[in-house]
Amino acid sequence: MRSSVDAFSEDTNQAVESNPAADSARPAPERVSPRERRVSYPVVLVLLGAALMVAVVVGLAVGSVSLPLTDVVAILGQQVFPGWIDPGWPATYDTILLDVRLPRVLLAGIVGAGLSAVGTALQALVRNPLADPFLLGISSGASLGAVTLLVTGATVLGTLATPMVAAFAGSMVTLAAVYALASSGGRMTTTRLVLAGVALSYVLSALTDLLLSTASDPHLMASIRFWRLGSVAGTEWRTLPIPAIVVLVGLAVLLWQSGSLNLLLAGEESAGTLGLDVHRFRTGMFVLVSLMTGVMVAVSGAIGFVGLMVPHAVRMLVGADHRRVLPTATLLGATFLILADLAARTVAAPQEIQLGVLTALCGGPFFVWLLRRQTRREKTDR
Amino acid sequence: MSHHEVRPAELDIRDVSCNAGGREVVSGVSLTAEPGEVVGVVGPNGAGKSTLLRTAYRQLRPTEGRVLLDGADVFRMPRRSLARRLAALPQETPAEFELTAHDVAAMGRAPHRRRIGGDRLGDERIVTVSLEMVEMAELAHRQFAQLSGGEKQRVLIARALVQEPGMLVLDEPTNHLDMRHQFDVLALVRRLNVTTLAALHDLNLAARFCDRLCVLAAGEAVAIGTPVEVLTESLLSEVYGVHIEVGTHPRTGAPTVLFGD
Repeated sequence: MRSSVDAFSEDTNQAVESNPAADSARPAPERVSPRERRVSYPVVLVLLGAALMVAVVVGLAVGSVSLPLTDVVAILGQQVFPGWIDPGWPATYDTILLDVRLPRVLLAGIVGAGLSAVGTALQALVRNPLADPFLLGISSGASLGAVTLLVTGATVLGTLATPMVAAFAGSMVTLAAVYALASSGGRMTTTRLVLAGVALSYVLSALTDLLLSTASDPHLMASIRFWRLGSVAGTEWRTLPIPAIVVLVGLAVLLWQSGSLNLLLAGEESAGTLGLDVHRFRTGMFVLVSLMTGVMVAVSGAIGFVGLMVPHAVRMLVGADHRRVLPTATLLGATFLILADLAARTVAAPQEIQLGVLTALCGGPFFVWLLRRQTRREKTDR
Repeated sequence: MSHHEVRPAELDIRDVSCNAGGREVVSGVSLTAEPGEVVGVVGPNGAGKSTLLRTAYRQLRPTEGRVLLDGADVFRMPRRSLARRLAALPQETPAEFELTAHDVAAMGRAPHRRRIGGDRLGDERIVTVSLEMVEMAELAHRQFAQLSGGEKQRVLIARALVQEPGMLVLDEPTNHLDMRHQFDVLALVRRLNVTTLAALHDLNLAARFCDRLCVLAAGEAVAIGTPVEVLTESLLSEVYGVHIEVGTHPRTGAPTVLFGD
């Protein structure tokens, strides 16, 4: 029912588009506008917040050993209010939940939130809803950076040269390159952007493969291969602080700058006439987005399509205003990746599936759908 | 209506030259717009109309000359201060996101907004009033991407009005509009008591609504003056390279441009 209505209205719109003289003659639209159809923003936030909490609890409970949900809540409660709850559960539960599952679930949540926020920001920065750190090759650049450091054991920068820093450098160079390639010599179209991203992505992955084939340590190679496809398996507490800080601070900065992200949607010149120093802002955002992507790739590999799907779904829920999109995308992204990780470790248990494989399985078809819609719009655009 | 309280600005383009792609596309143009005046820039395609306008709204730094708004160089002003005095309508459309017409118009409040925190009291009212002025209030919650070309253009004009500017710089504001909306938009600009610099293609509209016109040809201002002074058969025929006849509108007395035989 709904799809037939939408298809109908789309046809009429195209007819009007090609005939501007019909403007005033157009009958008043009777259908409900998307804004009116939307659930109110606070309700969306509350529902998604609740969903995130449920995802965390379920993510902690389910696994090779299933813990009762009540015990999960009680163990968490005991951590927050020590001594208030009488521990009536086996001591092994503490270890499974607090040392094995909690860091993993938290990292999945942090990365899901971060990737969604980065995707949202990238889409505004390149003014195209098809942007995603994975699709634009930025994740591949970060991977190459990290792998280069791991394989060669480079010590060029001394102690500074951690895989995270190398991944940050890799993602920043890639982002600058993809932007320059896509926007050189004219308007940045979807085709140019996606092609530039795919081309760079291929080259960078090939370079990474080349590097890996020279590596001598089989154990290192196997672990790199698993990490590259995206996974939060085996996360320990000591992995968490840096990604947590970078993602949280990054989210705060993005939220603070959400008004400026909105202006970018108006177009480059228009944003300038509305008081935004576009070049300076974009440069700063590129650095931030690269930093967040680099750190996330360094800990969890290249998890694709989250930054594409989540912002898009969120915009359908709350509209295009980044002051609303960013908080909502953060909640939805965290929930989504925690659940995806849950699927990754349970679907083929005891075997683990890479998280990146799962997100690509949902994200690929979604991307094709978006691409079709987007190119159709560009055609009807004057 | 809030727009009436705003003091119209004074624009002074002084001897401006611009390069694009290694070629001089605007050469030594001087043009002023007195407070409240509506000044049209006309001329054939590629004459440098958009380029000249881009210097006025600070998107393109002139290689020579200066652009002064109320006596201050626009390139030395803080961007936000400039955006509170001058609104521009470049030839570009907002990105294909889920923006509504209202979202697009509300962007005009940005230079007035505090950097952190929400909308100021009254912001919403200005957005609504501006959308009403371009007759788009009823479609405010429609997706911008799904509007017709003319509707989009009117929403963008509303965004400029939302800025409450003393100066409007409009690049082909009547593009994609049918005759009625072309007339309405320029009549609205005329009523606003906001100094306006507009690039216009339609010479009859320019003659009807502008106080003064600047005819650009190959980057040079070949004539500046009232429509009656500027729109002459000899000048237009030469500039456009096609035989043009100029008559007089039977009632308004404005010059009326017709193709010759």
